[in-house]
Amino acid sequence: MRVPIKTRAVLVLFGSVLFECGCSTSGVLDPHGPIGGAERTILFNATVIMLAVVVPVILATGLFAWWFRAGNRKARREPEWEYAGRIEFVVWAIPALVVLFLGGICWIGSHDLDPRTRLHDSAAPIEVEVVSLDWKWLFIYPNLGVASVNRLVAPAGTPLHFRLTSAGVMNSFFIPQLGSQIYTMAGMATELNLQADDPGTYAGLSAQFSGDGFSDMRFEVAAVSPQAFAEWIAETRAHGGALGTQEYAELTRPTHKDAPRTFAAVSPNLFDAILATPGAAPREISK
Amino acid sequence: MFGKLSLAAIPWNQPIPLITSAVIIVLLAAILGLVTYKGWWTYLWREWLTSTDHKRIGVMYVVLALVMLIRGFSDAIMMRSQLAVAAGTAAGYLPPEHYDQIFSAHGTIMIFFVAMTFVIGLMNFAVPLQLGVRDVAFPVLNSVSFWLTAAGVLLVNVSLVIGEFARTGWLVYPPLSEIAYSPGVGVDYYLWSLQISGLGTLLAGINFTTTILKLRAPGMSYSRMPIFCWTALASNLLIVAAFPILTATFAMLLLDRYLGFHFFTNEAGGNPMMYINLIWAWGHPEVYILILPAFGVFSEVIATFSGKPLFGHRSMVIATMAICMLSFMVWLHHFFTMGAGANVNAFFGIMTMIIAVPTGVKVFNWLFTLYWGEVRFTSPVYWSLGFMVTFVIGGMTGVLLAIPPADFVLHNSLFLVAHFHNVIIGGVVFGAMAGYTYWFPKAFGFTLDERLGKAAFWCWFIGFYLAFMPLYVLGLMGATRRMQHYSDTSWQPLMLVAFAGAIVILAGMSFTIAQLIYSIKTRERRRDTTGDPWNGRTLEWSTASPPPPWNFTVLPQVSGIDEFWRMKHAGKKLTSGAPPPSIHLPRSSSLGFLTAFCAVIFGFAAIWHIWWLAILGLLGAIALTLNHSWRLDTEVRVSAKEIAEFETRRKVKPG
Repeated sequence: MRVPIKTRAVLVLFGSVLFECGCSTSGVLDPHGPIGGAERTILFNATVIMLAVVVPVILATGLFAWWFRAGNRKARREPEWEYAGRIEFVVWAIPALVVLFLGGICWIGSHDLDPRTRLHDSAAPIEVEVVSLDWKWLFIYPNLGVASVNRLVAPAGTPLHFRLTSAGVMNSFFIPQLGSQIYTMAGMATELNLQADDPGTYAGLSAQFSGDGFSDMRFEVAAVSPQAFAEWIAETRAHGGALGTQEYAELTRPTHKDAPRTFAAVSPNLFDAILATPGAAPREISK
Repeated sequence: MFGKLSLAAIPWNQPIPLITSAVIIVLLAAILGLVTYKGWWTYLWREWLTSTDHKRIGVMYVVLALVMLIRGFSDAIMMRSQLAVAAGTAAGYLPPEHYDQIFSAHGTIMIFFVAMTFVIGLMNFAVPLQLGVRDVAFPVLNSVSFWLTAAGVLLVNVSLVIGEFARTGWLVYPPLSEIAYSPGVGVDYYLWSLQISGLGTLLAGINFTTTILKLRAPGMSYSRMPIFCWTALASNLLIVAAFPILTATFAMLLLDRYLGFHFFTNEAGGNPMMYINLIWAWGHPEVYILILPAFGVFSEVIATFSGKPLFGHRSMVIATMAICMLSFMVWLHHFFTMGAGANVNAFFGIMTMIIAVPTGVKVFNWLFTLYWGEVRFTSPVYWSLGFMVTFVIGGMTGVLLAIPPADFVLHNSLFLVAHFHNVIIGGVVFGAMAGYTYWFPKAFGFTLDERLGKAAFWCWFIGFYLAFMPLYVLGLMGATRRMQHYSDTSWQPLMLVAFAGAIVILAGMSFTIAQLIYSIKTRERRRDTTGDPWNGRTLEWSTASPPPPWNFTVLPQVSGIDEFWRMKHAGKKLTSGAPPPSIHLPRSSSLGFLTAFCAVIFGFAAIWHIWWLAILGLLGAIALTLNHSWRLDTEVRVSAKEIAEFETRRKVKPG
């Protein structure tokens, strides 16, 4: 198990390249909202706490094995040594203490970042109803009376409150740079609270495999200024058709790579109607 | 007449499965032809296919696992190469309907038919020898278990040629797996092959639990049992408790699909969440069914090659049984993102972390087993040290995923994929390879080549890091699992590194095959004439290599842990005492092979809705079992003369 210096250098290089890649791109380590930010903090804290144990263990493995190798005349041998009460106590205590500490993080984090917990913000949240379809996303803004497919527009700095369901199979609604994902399931509404702090374009996706069109089940999140958001609403209301029962039935047909589109009006209570009739749109038999 | 089956079931328009299956069929025909040409059928039938000898059944399990490893790996390399090219606007070479089958088959095969099969094979071979007994509690049932597993394997592979495999992921979550969304036969192939092999696994679990609890050498109290037997006991208790859940869950999904029930459908009051809970109530214990025996192997290997007893034997036993219990209380961590409340999520998160305590204790105890020891760097030790280094990383990412808010951003990402490969390759596969190398000389009477073994280790070790460290990073970058292509081209360099890693692992597998062939060719100079090539500690090393069908001529008397080591050092001969006048061994039985044949017929017919044939297959299996129940002549007698001859031959051997 002796590792030559060169190999070690390569490993270090490899590790740092991986680290750089992880931090420099638009993933969960580059959050743009309070939820994503808090989750990254937990990720970092927990990793550092565990590394404090993991790194010494890895080093000790190499060191012990190498020092006590059969050929080493300097190593002490105690071939009958098989028990030491104090060591036993310590080896149970170390992981127990780490877990005690992490358990606290887990308990507090689970409550603070429960997807149903409203964000503490003076602004009233924008309500968005999300329906996952084969294989696209429908966003209904119930209070504003508009809807869109595969593009979520939201004001930056304002909390977003989502209610989510599925028209058929399960999906998971996920915007990595904003934080928490949540399942969408037919006949059930899940809830999620997110916020984008900065204007920008973020990638959204389904994180739960849902069939052949799954890989393209992506959407764009445009976080814009409140003013631009108001303009977008006005423009959306002015153009395009309404989303009624018939248009919705059309939407439930399986399609791939749908281009983003908007609806100027939405029939009231459409989301609740979808909730009440789970599985109304089975997928057509594909090839 | 033929249900849903027609010539259209063969994927004529898909060159990859067509060519692959053509190659497999040609290979199989060549092997069968060779066996016929050489006139090996009688030998094979009498000595292997109908054998009730736990050692032979163990070897057949391991062979099956190694063959399926190649199949599962072919799926892996197709996935990695697809993702290495399918970036930006490129679609890659595998269309979704094919790619989806590949990742579903990869997971199913690797868990059920490689990892499961391998660890059951090792337990089959080593447990009775370590316990100092002549066989398992139910030898014929053991053969039935093996052949039912083989039946499942056969059905999964038939799906390559006739029809399709599931396109739903390896756990076929409804409603996607319901008839409304998956009308093809893929999910039915999955369900029936796992129902059949799952029955085999449950029977094996009952068999080994009984064996360990009821059949041990005189004097072997629980506290003197080797640690591998303890981990095997924990693993088999989990099988007995968890596999009925799997069978029941699949039965409900089958009722949904075949008879229009609504257990897990969207409509008519069905609830897919129930399936997800149930499948993980089996699924989480399942990962401990796999890893606990691997922990046992590492414990044996590290103690043997450090020339020291395992540090903290009692602590290890407590840790093993604690993991066994706790593994049933954590299933919800597989779906924190389903929307359960904060209290529920936090509870299951903390329970999951608590498992890290006994696991951590184990790692420390292995460290202190090395300490003050005299470590011989054989290839099993390489696998064990590689495991210790790799597994703690996998454990760390596992605890990260156990924190619900962290899981909210990592769930279903490539980070998760990297995590479970980290613990399954770094834990189960390394453990299986360590056990394979460690017990090979016991099974066949000659050692495996060390240089090729170490080459295989280094390729697996480096290949693992190359293939999966990039996936951790990709997961953090927002890449999710089961994608067939992706638009973000900045992911491609890491995908290429992961593909390179898979190629290095391929080299590792090739070295294992080369090691086997080379070692067989040079077996004369690597014979183990002592029965104890590693200076072992436990009873399996006290008998000949390979052991006689009756394992021990004189059953050992046990008076402490590491009995064989104590005997060697006390200068006593373990197998002292007069040999018995005769030994009774279970007669070989064709029940397993024939029942499994009927099970394949039944499964295939049920998949294609050929009901007359399904009934025929089922009746056949029942008739065979009933017929077997009325047998009168169940044992063969080995005479004192035969035993004496074996013992003389053993003594005459040089060395």
